Amino acid sequence: MGLGSAIEPAIELVGIDKKFGAVHANKNINLTVAKGSIHGIIGENGAGKSTLMSILYGFYQADQGEIRVSGRPVAIRDSQAAIAAGIGMVHQHFMLVENFTVLENVMLGAEGGQLLAKGTSSVRKELKRLESDYGMEVDPDAVVEELPVGTQQRVEILKALYRGAEILILDEPTGVLTPPEADHLFKVLRVLRDQGKTIILITHKLREIMAITDTVSVMRRGEMVATRKTAETTVEELAELMVGRRVLLRVEKGDAAPGEVLMSVRHLTVKDSRGVVMVDDVSFDVRAGEIVGIAGVAGNGQSELLEAIAGIRKPTSGEIWIDGKPVAGFDPRRLRDLGLAHIPEDRHHMGLVLKFEENENAILGYHRDRRFGRGPMLDLDAVRKEAEEKIAKYDIRPPNARLRTANFSGGNQQKIVVAREIERDPKMLLIGQPTRGVDIGAIEFIHKRIIDMRDAGKAVLLVSVELDEVRSLSDRILVMFAGKMVGEKPGDASEQTLGLMMAGIAA
Amino acid sequence: MDYFDILISILGSAIRLSIPLLFTALAGLFSERAGIFDIGLEGKMLASAFAAACVAHLTADPWLGLLAGILVSIAVSLIHGFASITNRGNQIVSGVALNFVAAGLTVVLGQAWFGQGGRTPQVPTEGRFSSIILPGADAVRGVPFIGPLYANVISGNNILTYIAFLMVPLSWWVLYRTRFGLRLRAVGENPGAVDTAGISVTWLRYRALIVTGFLAGFAGTYLSIAQSAAFISNMSAGKGYIALAALIFAKWKPVPVMFACLLFGFLDAFANFMQGKSVPLIGEVPVQIFQALPYILTCILLAGFIGIARPPKAGGVPYTKER
Repeated sequence: MGLGSAIEPAIELVGIDKKFGAVHANKNINLTVAKGSIHGIIGENGAGKSTLMSILYGFYQADQGEIRVSGRPVAIRDSQAAIAAGIGMVHQHFMLVENFTVLENVMLGAEGGQLLAKGTSSVRKELKRLESDYGMEVDPDAVVEELPVGTQQRVEILKALYRGAEILILDEPTGVLTPPEADHLFKVLRVLRDQGKTIILITHKLREIMAITDTVSVMRRGEMVATRKTAETTVEELAELMVGRRVLLRVEKGDAAPGEVLMSVRHLTVKDSRGVVMVDDVSFDVRAGEIVGIAGVAGNGQSELLEAIAGIRKPTSGEIWIDGKPVAGFDPRRLRDLGLAHIPEDRHHMGLVLKFEENENAILGYHRDRRFGRGPMLDLDAVRKEAEEKIAKYDIRPPNARLRTANFSGGNQQKIVVAREIERDPKMLLIGQPTRGVDIGAIEFIHKRIIDMRDAGKAVLLVSVELDEVRSLSDRILVMFAGKMVGEKPGDASEQTLGLMMAGIAA
Repeated sequence: MDYFDILISILGSAIRLSIPLLFTALAGLFSERAGIFDIGLEGKMLASAFAAACVAHLTADPWLGLLAGILVSIAVSLIHGFASITNRGNQIVSGVALNFVAAGLTVVLGQAWFGQGGRTPQVPTEGRFSSIILPGADAVRGVPFIGPLYANVISGNNILTYIAFLMVPLSWWVLYRTRFGLRLRAVGENPGAVDTAGISVTWLRYRALIVTGFLAGFAGTYLSIAQSAAFISNMSAGKGYIALAALIFAKWKPVPVMFACLLFGFLDAFANFMQGKSVPLIGEVPVQIFQALPYILTCILLAGFIGIARPPKAGGVPYTKER
């Protein structure tokens, strides 16, 4: 903490400006981060947070502006220079070598000489010290890929600390963690702060900002729009600053009126390509007019379950019933004909062909429809007309059906997929990660569409790793852990209850 | 000849045939562990065989021949690097292209320079790597079992053979005990981890390719001025691909690479031995069957009989910074 009222800055960014071609990623950014504080940076996808931090870590160079560390101007030309200036970074996707041990990962880039022997023993010693100083225990000889995600993240933090980082940048650190793991991370961050380290936390989760930061800065469209003391602001104010208008943070929905069972899964088991059981004897029903959410930390079998129901992955055993018909092993086309729509988890790999024009993606999978042409030829006018109607109805921007899909923002790409699947008026909707990488404005819109589907009497199965999303949309919540359904809770179950179930601790 | 003599003679021949495979597979090991697929080992071998034969013919010095072989092989490796690291080209396409260039260019240059249909002139005896008789080889020849094994299999090889076997522990040591090796293995798995640690991915991968070129240069040199006495067009005859198979079979680890190469060398020697011989109960078998054995084995092994061969994760993927 600073002495008296004088704030001692750890980092000062002065007039940072960065363009990528026509995209102005950072516009004249000024930011001061106080030493010994946790400073949050919040903003929507594409607001420029990651670019700014990459500049600070030497991944990119700013076109203009100055970086000062502890009051001294420094030139950060590469990551090596950032490390030398005492800056460490924990990336959203861990920068770990998975088949290396913890020790090797910590040592990489800081080996202390041409031969490894000396570095090995000093890393071992230093890990012991860090363990006792900060309570971050980890087995130095464990192979990283065999460790749980939370521990892998700890290795990333240890890497930075071993290199003498005084300033630690964490990029969306809780995206892959269970709620208890996230709590533990926050505990570690508080200890680090109390010992004088400076933490910069990049996130799009408002609740995290409120829970852990001392100060928060908001970015919007490449600009730093505001900096507030966390204690003096509210979630509503921050959301408004992020989006630039008032937003509805809560999803408004009435009570569900569940009807007949439209989808039934019985004793479903699915193995992945390596033969590992990913879905283990899972059974559940989804009724017309209800949203069933599946909560779980990424990698606990939800993806495989969704793919098996959608016909993309062949189940090893078990039954899937749709509208009274056994459909296990059906291909996606037959399932679609039965009224099952699927918004896949990963729009880039499954939902869209990014190189196609928007109108081509708008009919993907439905291209055999008579309306789009007979015989082998497509009726391009009909295709484009259809696409333009959806663009208007879903407010997809820019409103250009001939634009390549890759040129749309994440939120608009997702709207293209959502429009395509929902506008077919299916009986059942499978939807995975409906708002991953989607900005708040579009989230509101997509959530509204999902509720509308339910109210129109459709059966909706929702998979999301965002627990908040599952809780706000679902009428019933099923929790998956290690391939098994560990329990069912009503839609208003507390985060704590669900969090323990997701960690496999409670049922 | 009794069976033991036959075995000794096949073993001796197996060693000789496995040496170019061993150099080449170790060469491929360095490149592939750094995340660069190298289908162009065959081309490096050919180019260096040609260079070594030319220089050894002109200077009558095998060491200058070796130097030429190594330099040319490193040059080919760097071209592969320029295409696939600097310009982020497809590594397979670049490798295949270099194989064709090497196969064609050696013959064209050979014909232009020497006018012998793409061959190089005979390399004089003093310009070749000749056999070395290890001390005591003649003295122990009479000792049962161990004697002939020492005299005819272990002794009597050229210096490159011994260098090849020395390269195995040396490669292991470099990969697992040095900073360069740690970084090289890391860059083949997750170049992002290397980049964020402040190490240049590009320079690291280029250095790996230089090591690859260095080792492949030995292989080519061995072919033209140790095993033979001239360069003959296409004399590598697919050994670069067999070496790749050995590398996969050995799961990209140095010591298993040695055993895999010895196995392929043995099969090759066995095929040579079986030429014109009849098999009990079956009679004379066409020699092509035996000659096909190493390739059939390769297919079987690659089809999954070695368990899951997990290649370096970043292999074949050019590195670009995210965002």
